[in-house]
Parts: sequence; structure tokens; C-alpha cells
Amino acid sequence: MKTITTEQIIGAVEKLCIEANYFLNNDVLEALQRGLEIEESDIGKDVLNRLIENAAIAKRDQMAICQDTGMAVVFIDIGQEVHISGGSLTEAVNEGVRRGYKNGYLRKSVVKDPIERVNTGDNTPAILHYNIVEGDTLKIMVAPKGFGSENMSALRMLKPSDGLEGVKKFILETVDKAGPNPCPPIVVGVGIGGTMEKAALLAKKALMRPVDKRSSIQYVRELEKEMLESINKLGIGPAGLGGKVTALAVNVEVFPTHIAGLPVAVNINCHVTRHAETVL
Amino acid sequence: MEKVKIIEAPLSKDAARELKAGDIVYINGEIYAARDAAHKLMIGLINEGKDLPLDIQNQIIYYVGPCPARPGEVIGSAGPTTSSRMDAYAPKLIELGLTGMIGKGLRSSDVVNAMKAHCSVYFGAIGGAGALIAKSIIKEEIIAFPELGPEALRKLTVKDFPATVIIDCEGNSLYDSGKAKFRSIKADVLG
Repeated sequence: MKTITTEQIIGAVEKLCIEANYFLNNDVLEALQRGLEIEESDIGKDVLNRLIENAAIAKRDQMAICQDTGMAVVFIDIGQEVHISGGSLTEAVNEGVRRGYKNGYLRKSVVKDPIERVNTGDNTPAILHYNIVEGDTLKIMVAPKGFGSENMSALRMLKPSDGLEGVKKFILETVDKAGPNPCPPIVVGVGIGGTMEKAALLAKKALMRPVDKRSSIQYVRELEKEMLESINKLGIGPAGLGGKVTALAVNVEVFPTHIAGLPVAVNINCHVTRHAETVL
Repeated sequence: MEKVKIIEAPLSKDAARELKAGDIVYINGEIYAARDAAHKLMIGLINEGKDLPLDIQNQIIYYVGPCPARPGEVIGSAGPTTSSRMDAYAPKLIELGLTGMIGKGLRSSDVVNAMKAHCSVYFGAIGGAGALIAKSIIKEEIIAFPELGPEALRKLTVKDFPATVIIDCEGNSLYDSGKAKFRSIKADVLG
């Protein structure tokens, strides 16, 4: 049995909230640079150059890459040998978010009730996903989610007869309809299978995978490549001003499902596609 | 053909009329920052027959909710938010004299029709470039609704604020023309 204190967790979450919002991950930076070689639109190239410059400014001046510093989505993998001391784990995560958003000068973007809409003032509560795993470590991943892209996401319960072709059409339709709204170039996370909420969670988790890492399943890998090519033929381009680089990657995750179902979720991220993790 | 233009805010209708979809602009002067909640409150004031906290005539509203400033800085990251959420409110403000909006993303036909009728321009700022854009904001002041926090109504003084004309007074849209130019997908793939 290993003991981890809530103080350790608070400190880790605080740091991850700030890091995820200040530092553009290297895989994305490289993808933006590759995009510059592919992009044929002058204004599209200009947008990509400015996004690269923006990331450099954020890093240099310790400021958020984007003002929408998101709702804090936190994935926690708890080793079953771990004991947590010092209070509630959920409260520790929320305290970490509270401190991170205050001390990192990040925007507080959460309202207490979806209808009454009064800001909570500290960006809590976080959206928490716990997973019990083997071992004696605690892995925390913080993925602040901006809503410009979240709002353009969609879920559909397809029929098994719709098959892979139906999945492809749904992905393309969702991205085409989103157009310039989710701040292209985007990253597209797709979850196929499971139940309704499982598909959504798979899509969210797909966004955590680096943009240059393809699925280990062959047909999924082929689907990812084909969808990226098709999306980049939509013409939306950087900032939606027209061009070849609409998406940097399509990441797909699959899961067993029911004999009667084919749930598909498409979760869109802007280029920032923030996530930072640590293991305690 | 797109041009690079330096424009002054407030923006007169005559100056707005000169701008064409695709023009690259740098904005100087005073603009206002407002998003969902501030728009809702402003429309509420109008409906009650009360005065707005700003003279809307010839003004530009930037759809933004900035990050807090670090001590010694003017403002935190301050990129555009999705404009379509303000579509329900924009036509009324355009009717009252709003000549410019800065944001990102598509607008409704109601907004475009109001823009054409009253000569108002929709500018796009680069979504996700909030740190870069913040450098062009040299002064920030909350002028109303401070209780809304990041959604408070702000007056921003900008210098060389970078934007692109997306929809002009005639209703031409760079989103439409830009996409059409690079679109090569076959219709059957889309279903």
C-alpha cells in the first residue's frame, strides 16, 4: 500500500492546469510546421505562422495560448494499491484547479448552473473521470477544454447497417458543418462503439493521443488517414479563410458495442488541443 | 484582390463601406469587448427603453472574454470567441448604429441582412491566437457589468489590432469564397 496525500494532488493539478494552458505540445507545433509546407493559401500560411508565433509569445510571457482556458477535464488513473490521505480526492482536484486558474491568471469560464448561468469565479468544478487500474501510482491528466470547439462536437447513434461508410459521412458532415467556428486547424477525436456515453468518452480520450501517433489497429489507422485527407479537401483551411490545412489529425478509438448499435461521437479540438499529465 | 488597410475605431459608415471581404486590416482606436452575458444585458436595457452603457453609434464590438492580466500587464490572452452565439442580439445593435463586429465563425442570415441594410462589417480575428492579439491591446477598462467577470463590458484601446474582413456591407463572405477556392471533395463522399 502506498500513500499519496491530497496536498501532493492539489499541487500537481495546479501545475498541470497552468502548463497545459501556457505550453503548446511539441507534436502540435511540428504539425503546424508541416502544415505550412502543405498549405497553398497565402492567408492560410499567414494564419499558421501567426499561430506558431502565438505559441512562442505564450511560452515566453507565461500567458495562456488562448483566452478560452477551458473547463478542466481531469482523467485520474488510480492504482488499486494507492491510499489517499488528507481528505477527499475530488475536493483535492477541484482545489488544484482553483489554485491553477487563480495563480496562472487563467480565465474562469464555468457557470454554476446551465440555465441560471452565474460564474463560479474559480473555474470549478472540474469534469472528473476516475479509472481504477493495477499498481501503486496515481496518474493525473489535465485537459482543459475550450468550448468553441466543444460546441461543434456531435454524437449520433448509427445503425449497424450504416457501417464504416456511415461513420465516415458523419465525421465529414460534422467537420463541414463546424466550418470556421472551432478555430481550424483542428484535431478530430472520434469514438466508435460502446454505449452513448462511452462513445463520447472514447472521442475525448482520442484527443489526448499525440497528433502524430496513429492507431495500432489497421482498419482504424486507414480510417484516420482517409478522414484526414477528406477533411483537408473540404476547403475550410486555417481560421476558416480557405485552404488545405483544416485538420492536423484524426484520432479514432473503438470499443466493443451492442449487437443493435453503432454509436459514433465526434469531439473537436482546436489546434491548441491542450493536455498535460504527471504520475505520482 | 485583398488589400492591407489601416482603419480607425470608431468606424464611420463611410469607412465601413470601403472595406471589402478579404481585406487585411489593422485597427487603431477604441473598441468595446462584449460576449454572451453582456449582450443579453444590453438587449434587456434596450427593451426596457433604458440607455446603454456606451454610445453604440459607429462602434466596433469585439467578441472576447479575456484572461486576467498579470500584474504590470494590460490584459491576458484575448482572442475572439465564436460569433454565432451573439447572432440573436447583433441585428438590434446594428440597427442602432454598430458598424463593426470582431469575432470568429459563421453568422446567421439575419445578421448578414442587418449588416447589408445598415452598412456594418464583420471582421475575423484568428481564433487561438489570444496571446498574440493581446499585444495589440494597450488599455483595458471595465465600463459596465463588472459582476460578469470575464464577460464584463470593456473598453479596449487597440494599436494595430490584426483582423480580416470576413463579411462586408454588401454581404460578400470570405468564408464562402475562401472555402470554394480550395474545396475539392466529391459530393458523394459527403452523403
